Amino acid sequence: MTQPAAGLKATPLNSAHRKMGAKMVDFGGWDMPVQYSGILEEHHAVRKNVGLFDVSHMGEIEIHGPDALALTDSVTTNAVAKLKIGQAQYSGLLYEHGGFVDDILVHKVSDDHYFICVNASNQEKDFEHIAKANRLNATVDFASDRYAQLAIQGPKGLATLQKLTVTDLAPIQYYHFTDGAVSGTPARIARTGYTGEDGFEIYIAPDQVERIWYEILDAGAEFGIKPCGLGARNTLRLESKMALYGHEIHASITPYEADLAWIVKLDKGDFTGRAALARQKEQGVTRKLVGFEMTGRGIGRDGYEVYLDGAPAGWVSSGGPSPTLSKNIGLCYLPSDRAKPGQPIQIMIRNQPVEAITVPTPFYKRAK
Amino acid sequence: MYPANFHYTKEHEWVRVEGDVGVVGITDHAQKELGDIVYVDLPKPGTHLDQGKTLGSVESVKAVSDIYAPVSGEVVEVNALLSTAPEKLNEDPHGDAWLVKLKLSAPDEIKRLLSAEDYQNYVGAEEAGH
Repeated sequence: MTQPAAGLKATPLNSAHRKMGAKMVDFGGWDMPVQYSGILEEHHAVRKNVGLFDVSHMGEIEIHGPDALALTDSVTTNAVAKLKIGQAQYSGLLYEHGGFVDDILVHKVSDDHYFICVNASNQEKDFEHIAKANRLNATVDFASDRYAQLAIQGPKGLATLQKLTVTDLAPIQYYHFTDGAVSGTPARIARTGYTGEDGFEIYIAPDQVERIWYEILDAGAEFGIKPCGLGARNTLRLESKMALYGHEIHASITPYEADLAWIVKLDKGDFTGRAALARQKEQGVTRKLVGFEMTGRGIGRDGYEVYLDGAPAGWVSSGGPSPTLSKNIGLCYLPSDRAKPGQPIQIMIRNQPVEAITVPTPFYKRAK
Repeated sequence: MYPANFHYTKEHEWVRVEGDVGVVGITDHAQKELGDIVYVDLPKPGTHLDQGKTLGSVESVKAVSDIYAPVSGEVVEVNALLSTAPEKLNEDPHGDAWLVKLKLSAPDEIKRLLSAEDYQNYVGAEEAGH
């Protein structure tokens, strides 16, 4: 069968994934590749060489107009005014109560144009949230249909992509981008990613992405490039302690609880959720995200209960094997006074408490 | 692909009978579906298992899957190889990477399991449905 299951959304690369033998799964309503050759092999390819991901399911929202900055700043937690043209910023889109609508990447294209990359399953909700807040002279444009997105990640990502563009990639700094072309097709080329490795994410026209997908695989062949699925994307982001919506963050979690204080700029002026965050900052959080490592035999996974002193005290937001470290790692929520490295905890694995200990994060940091 | 002298379940376990002992494993189809296997949880020797009840679990990078006893019996041996090299389950699921040996308590149960041919047809239909 070469068709996605009924009711699932598909990226423009769906038939390419199927032709190439990817294992497909339902990911938040999208028919996406979870793996090609195997999660471990793909994970190691990204850490050592280069991997290629189809992330076209991600959504895009564009904000234009004289008040584009004011609107973007009023709905996000980070300081949009600090962005220079060609710079990108990780940020939060919050409800009034301080919980996450989504976590997002804000790109400043020009003084009156901001380009926001959002999570696939949140894109309609995000668009409505921003559009509703728009009482200014700005337009909010749901742009997901205009962009496919590929991530070229790993130490050989630059050398791979450089073969297909005249844009000099080396001067593009981390969390910066430029508008250029990849293999003759206009592309927004950003030095961003969700793997903790150097690399690029490119935004291109959906009707060109299949050709470019294959050209990138050809260009990276000499470096051992691997097409990668969402399985490796998850193990890579977990090692680098990057949040995943629905796991580390959701409507009932604030940036302070998620250990994301660095994306909150209370002094930038008012924004949705600011009052709740200011209150929480003053009072202190009651629970906080912290990393852990299994010390007993077993793998603490998403949703498992965490015990302290024999009583339930929190939950695992994401957990699994770390291919790079050959350990079983995870992130969990604990009462904030105990959410510090060195705290022994027990994770309930199939009704059995298994020993673990909290540790500093990120679990993996690339050598610069 | 699927050895003719094995008996199979629809849950993708196999059993090979050696006298009054059943050697139990998971099928090649199962290991492919699971992906990279990183952890295998097996019962201790002496544990009695009833047919169809949980025998243990196999964890891939992505997920945990229960393994069910294809036949009833007492665990007489656990494959020590899998505690140090769980990835062997991906490489040799019908051979070196067996899970446990059971002293069969109801040998007639074997008759209710699938033949290699029936199992092949069963997973063939499952794979075509993908």
